[in-house]
Amino acid sequence: MESASILLSAIVFSPLLVLLFLLFVPKKEFGTIRLLGFLGTLPAFILSSWLLWQYHQGLDLSTIAESRNWIRFGLFPDEENRPFTVNYELGLNGFSLLMIWLASFLSTVASVASLQIKERVKGYFIWFFLLEIGMLGVFAAENLILFFLFFEVTLVSLFFLIGKWGGFEKEKAAYQYLLYNGFGSGVLLLVIAFLFAKTGTVQISELTTFLQRDDIPFTNNDKLWLMIALLISFGIKIPIFPFHTWMLKVHVQAPPAIVILHSGILLKIGAYGLLQFGLGFFPNEFERISFLLLILGLVNLLYGAFLAFIQDEFKLVLAYSSVSHMGIVLLGLGALNEAGLQGAIFQVISHGLISALLFYIVNIIQSRHETTKLQKLGGLASYMPKTAGLLLVAGLASLGLPSMSGFISELTAFIGVFKEYLIIGLIGTIGLILTAAYILRAVLSINFGSPKFDKNEEDMKWVEFTPALVIVFFILLIGVYPNFLSNPLKIVLLTLLKGIGG
Amino acid sequence: MDLDQLLQYQWNAMLPEFIILGVAVLLSVLDLFWKKQKPSVIGWLGFIGIIAATISLITLFPKENVSILYDTFVLDHFAKVFKLLLLIATAIVFLFAIGYRSEDSAFPYSEFYYLFLTALLGAMMMSSSADLITLFVGLELLSISSYILVGLRKKNVRSNEAAMKYVINGGIASAITLFGLSYVYGLSGSTKLGEIAYQFSLSQTEEVQYLLGISFLLVFIGLSFKIATVPFHMWVPDVYEGAPIPVTSFLSVVSKSAGFIILIRMILSIFGQASLNNENSVLEGFQTFLIILTMLTMIVGNAVALKQQNVKRMLAYSSIAHAGFILASFVSFSPYFYLDAIWFYLIAYTFMNVGAFAVIYYVKEKTGSEHISSFAGLYHDSPVLAISMTIFLLSLAGIPGTAGFIAKFNIFLSTLSINPPLWILAITMIVTTIVSYVYYFGVLVQIYFRQTENVKKTTIHYTTYIVIGLCIIGTILLGVFPNIALDFL
Repeated sequence: MESASILLSAIVFSPLLVLLFLLFVPKKEFGTIRLLGFLGTLPAFILSSWLLWQYHQGLDLSTIAESRNWIRFGLFPDEENRPFTVNYELGLNGFSLLMIWLASFLSTVASVASLQIKERVKGYFIWFFLLEIGMLGVFAAENLILFFLFFEVTLVSLFFLIGKWGGFEKEKAAYQYLLYNGFGSGVLLLVIAFLFAKTGTVQISELTTFLQRDDIPFTNNDKLWLMIALLISFGIKIPIFPFHTWMLKVHVQAPPAIVILHSGILLKIGAYGLLQFGLGFFPNEFERISFLLLILGLVNLLYGAFLAFIQDEFKLVLAYSSVSHMGIVLLGLGALNEAGLQGAIFQVISHGLISALLFYIVNIIQSRHETTKLQKLGGLASYMPKTAGLLLVAGLASLGLPSMSGFISELTAFIGVFKEYLIIGLIGTIGLILTAAYILRAVLSINFGSPKFDKNEEDMKWVEFTPALVIVFFILLIGVYPNFLSNPLKIVLLTLLKGIGG
Repeated sequence: MDLDQLLQYQWNAMLPEFIILGVAVLLSVLDLFWKKQKPSVIGWLGFIGIIAATISLITLFPKENVSILYDTFVLDHFAKVFKLLLLIATAIVFLFAIGYRSEDSAFPYSEFYYLFLTALLGAMMMSSSADLITLFVGLELLSISSYILVGLRKKNVRSNEAAMKYVINGGIASAITLFGLSYVYGLSGSTKLGEIAYQFSLSQTEEVQYLLGISFLLVFIGLSFKIATVPFHMWVPDVYEGAPIPVTSFLSVVSKSAGFIILIRMILSIFGQASLNNENSVLEGFQTFLIILTMLTMIVGNAVALKQQNVKRMLAYSSIAHAGFILASFVSFSPYFYLDAIWFYLIAYTFMNVGAFAVIYYVKEKTGSEHISSFAGLYHDSPVLAISMTIFLLSLAGIPGTAGFIAKFNIFLSTLSINPPLWILAITMIVTTIVSYVYYFGVLVQIYFRQTENVKKTTIHYTTYIVIGLCIIGTILLGVFPNIALDFL
């Protein structure tokens, strides 16, 4: 089946166009390179926003799916004349559309934040664009091989971005990142290869229907193992305790502009994969491990929150807060009912926006003060009012203030949990209280108190302020008009729930 | 046999071999009698010979299977595709050799060139022979030529040591193989593979089965020398390090491919049908043993490579590891991806490995050292080479988008598509692949993250750049459109 739409390819590979331009710009022309860096992220953002808008208006996403012949291996043994095929297939559903939109949006934001990169700007933006292609591709991929390909593109490009432009311990962080995630993707590859070897296809929708049949060459035990393998490989990415140490290092060492993408998008690939592949392929097995997910979620939530409370490095507070917030995603997934799943997806997107905003501010603070240690900062409100105001807004969003996206996500996720397991829900709420405590502790100590720095520090310029405002706008939009997210997700949730017989 | 009968043979099936033989003879005669010779002319003549042989081989592709000289020479599909692989690999290595300049002023360039051709001839004979005698003669032709090639830098201690180790180890390995083959001959009374296979497929008494087992072990272990896997891998690091760098790349791609060719030819046809304990064939009976060897190869290769500071040595261990990956495909005995997977891996490995060696050659010329730190700052003084090396290393590490990924994925499929799947091999492959990230990315860290004061410019021969260019094209093209090669099979 060949189909001619090239819209998705255009979105995914749009950064490539500017990347080629970039290659011919002299190294020293920092201004031009930065401008190109910003412009390169725009086409994807504009196109995906337009697509999201169209989808809200009722566009049928199957019309933009793409499929081209790509690789054929030898003949598949069970059926006559059908080779093992891997096509070049791109397509979207509501969830991946939202993710691709988020990825392209945060890329634009991160490209503005990258103004703070002062050296080797050209090399930086080359890897930056590759990273963006990888992120967009991961969500647009309609088959596992393509998914894996883009997944590895993000792996390699992020390795270089951390290792070259990161902080003091950058190489160690980069290596740790590489090995943990390399292991995760290795396990994923094992699953992909096994599915491919046994079914002869890697197309996601074909596999989903195939795996629901009764006459498949897998025992239930096989399926359970595959599910556990998926949980490990995506669990490293999410990250699930105890696989989280690498992401702490990355949060602290990577340049903040990259952490915007890392925390906002890359960690979410884990949740995305767990939902699309784990729940999509193996609904019954997912149900069997759902209690495990709840426990893991609870551990993540509480462990992250407790540790966030005692950190004196703001980035680490945020890193642990990510661990904690991902716990809510796991709780939502583990609840395995409509509210839970919807809450989990909401939380994925909402946390993507909020953590991006927080790291956007970290980027500003770090560029002015060269530090983000809580003890060394204080009184920000008195000399950088715009930054301080944004920080407060971001903090409140993060702790789940009603009318912001964090609230609605956590609420729906917990409604899901309470429906199934009252006790776990109750324990989980302790985490929410802790969240308020550690966020306020960090934010207040930065914003108020006696200024520890010269009052001449420059506040955000308009160029820097605008992207932050746009993020705030979306956080509020989701908070007051959750249909912005829930409409596109309706069909996805329905399909997933049908899988588990709900 | 009279002349008429001799002329009835379809000699044209052997055209590629004749061309290589002719050119090798021509070059050695030229070397003898041409007083004021220019080595480069000899080199280019050799290269033209290889290209001509490749073209003549391609014209033979549509031909039906040919068998002449009482089966000592067969031209079947297997022979065609693997000969093509050998020719392509040697052509690239040869181009690399033309650009090679030794620090030794008395370096015998002409011998250097035509010994590649004789070695290639041996390898081609191996892929095209269905008789134990010619198989073994081909093997020895390849081996002896490579022993000399390794020791060509006469004044260099390391080169001498390498040649010595290579000869002794190689001699032992050949002896073991031959010993095993003597059992095969004794049990079957024939040297023809087809005849042997038929004899062994008949039911055997227990004593014979026992002897078959012994001969299998001897043959396999002897041949593991050529493909550089456990237990005959110890020579690899020293020989790779001591040999002139084009020879190193020749050993790692052509010689290794030849090893796999003879392994498939001999072992599959002799032992594939022979029954071991009245239920399984010898091969199936020893599968567990082979799996353990394969796992050891992958683990040893990748684990020891971690500690290497010399990049050539590192790639030597990595070459052991890659041999392990290919062997994983061999021992899976998967009916679906068998030859494809091995063939594709070898061709992908050729491109990425020779390319990497070519970049190492540049760095060696520039800094005079092969230590990993001599790669520091390569990105700043030669971005193109740095990016090339990145592509080769990513491909060796098996990152998608490169030929190395498709090759590894193929092998995954062959280990998992059988019933029951060989999980243990697949998992070992994954884990060792991730271990290999550490040392491959270690070189990348030097290239991109480290600085160097040494900004001396070096010029290397333009053919080396052509080699790097070809290898990049091969690595990327096969990574993105693997069907170019896969459809071919």
